[in-house]
Amino acid sequence: MKKYVIIGNGVAAVGCIEGIRSVDKSGEITVISAEDHHVYSRPLISYYLEGKTDLQKMKYRGDGFYIENGCKVLYGKTAKSIDPDKKTVVLDGGEEAGYDELCVAAGSRPFVPPFEGLDTVDRKFSFMTLDDALSLEKALSKDSRVLIVGAGLIGLKCAEGIAERVKEITVCDLAGRVMSSILDDDCAAIVQKHLEDNGMKFLLSDSVTKFDKNTAYMKSGKTVGFDILVLAVGVRANSEIVKDAGGQVNRGIIINTKTETSLPHIYAAGDCAEGYDSSIGSNRVLAILPNAYMQGHTAGVNMAGGDGSFDRAIPMNSIGFFGLHIMSAGSYDGEMKEEKTEDSVKRFFAGDGILKGFMLIGETERAGIYTSLIREKTPLCEIDFELAEKIASNLIFSQKIRRKKFGGVV
Amino acid sequence: MKRVYVNEEWCLGCHLCEYNCAFANSGMKDMAAALKDKKIFPRIHVEGDDKITFAVSCRHCEDPICVKSCIAGAISKQDGVVRIDRSKCVGCLTCILVCPYGALALGENGTMQKCELCLQNSCGEPACVKGCPNKAIVYEERSETE
Repeated sequence: MKKYVIIGNGVAAVGCIEGIRSVDKSGEITVISAEDHHVYSRPLISYYLEGKTDLQKMKYRGDGFYIENGCKVLYGKTAKSIDPDKKTVVLDGGEEAGYDELCVAAGSRPFVPPFEGLDTVDRKFSFMTLDDALSLEKALSKDSRVLIVGAGLIGLKCAEGIAERVKEITVCDLAGRVMSSILDDDCAAIVQKHLEDNGMKFLLSDSVTKFDKNTAYMKSGKTVGFDILVLAVGVRANSEIVKDAGGQVNRGIIINTKTETSLPHIYAAGDCAEGYDSSIGSNRVLAILPNAYMQGHTAGVNMAGGDGSFDRAIPMNSIGFFGLHIMSAGSYDGEMKEEKTEDSVKRFFAGDGILKGFMLIGETERAGIYTSLIREKTPLCEIDFELAEKIASNLIFSQKIRRKKFGGVV
Repeated sequence: MKRVYVNEEWCLGCHLCEYNCAFANSGMKDMAAALKDKKIFPRIHVEGDDKITFAVSCRHCEDPICVKSCIAGAISKQDGVVRIDRSKCVGCLTCILVCPYGALALGENGTMQKCELCLQNSCGEPACVKGCPNKAIVYEERSETE
């Protein structure tokens, strides 16, 4: 009977468990969970603060998940090192877990720049984990003034989650626009305005030079008074454990399309891994939930002796703020075409005869049709792309393709 | 397993499937009370232009990407049917972003809904197919190679 060990207990780990069980029903699975929680959906922590979910509903799988899948979970345990020759993982406290196949699904951690005076700030939080959200929640009050450092997805979702529970929220970012990793200037401006209409204040192209207790001194010369500080500057992959074991690591643990690391019998998946991004044709950390699941699942299948491959990963995001939905996918290095109405913007980026990427604000119906064009690299000459720009519809395909999609098993 | 398949050459674009779907999933006994003068939220949608029309609903894919992508773990596949636990859904729309068929849409309460083949409602079989006047959608077994 094979022995599987998974470092991590997030969505990539669930993917891995379900991948293993799709091939091997009986092997022994041990999950090393640093967090003392049943697997929960990390992106739901802002929805938890907003009251749109609760601790039970945000469990990513039901209470019986580990038992049904024959997993032993070591809660509150951290993997300290891997010995790839002995095929063991050493835990804090010195215990060892032997494996035949290992998956590193250790996630990422907040990156906190060395701000001067940060140690003088009493109430400061990251916003990555359920425990972060629970401790932030305890600090919130109707009178709180909150400063969020970082106008990316994490910082802004945090802002939305607590908006109704605090007095004011200021978000600052070194970048000149919100969500700079997925939106261009024009689209970001629309989103920023919407957030401002909902009460948020922004200090963009600005950064904190110094904290002094409840005051942030900005590079621009402004000062911001706050009661609660949230640091959402960025994240770093938890890749050290593989690097220390001699594995190849760049910005994340380098994996191939079978999710194998450079070390035998060791796989990696999720936010700690740097896998193949088909939209750019090279490796990149794609720290998004669907990617974590699919990499984890691929790893599990392969660990159990199956033949899994994940070569169609692309960056993609669907995110909403105060009723405004925003979607993006792929890369933006092509000719841009735009469709605009009073309440919506769609930007498409095409090159080499295929759709490379898109940004959608306000109108997101059936957007998966666009995403599939990117993922499958559908030649635009085979579809009615002019129609596609106007509306996401299966009419853009030929009747023959439609017959396959809606008349066959897919 | 049996799925809903489309014969687009027979579709009249009458939208009856949408009404039958909304009614079957309303939990109500009287169609007029359930639908009259209300915005309906069916789980099947007629697409098309003035020449071609066809009804799109969940394909219940062999390897559904929505299940793997749902950030809340709200979508699952049970006995071949792709189902959603709407109490877990937070309305992030990631499933809309990934479904290559454009088969999912928001329900009336801001959470996602999708075709579950009417297996759990009072209809017991797809109401859209049952009420289609022209067999433009059918509920049957087809093989993967067909």
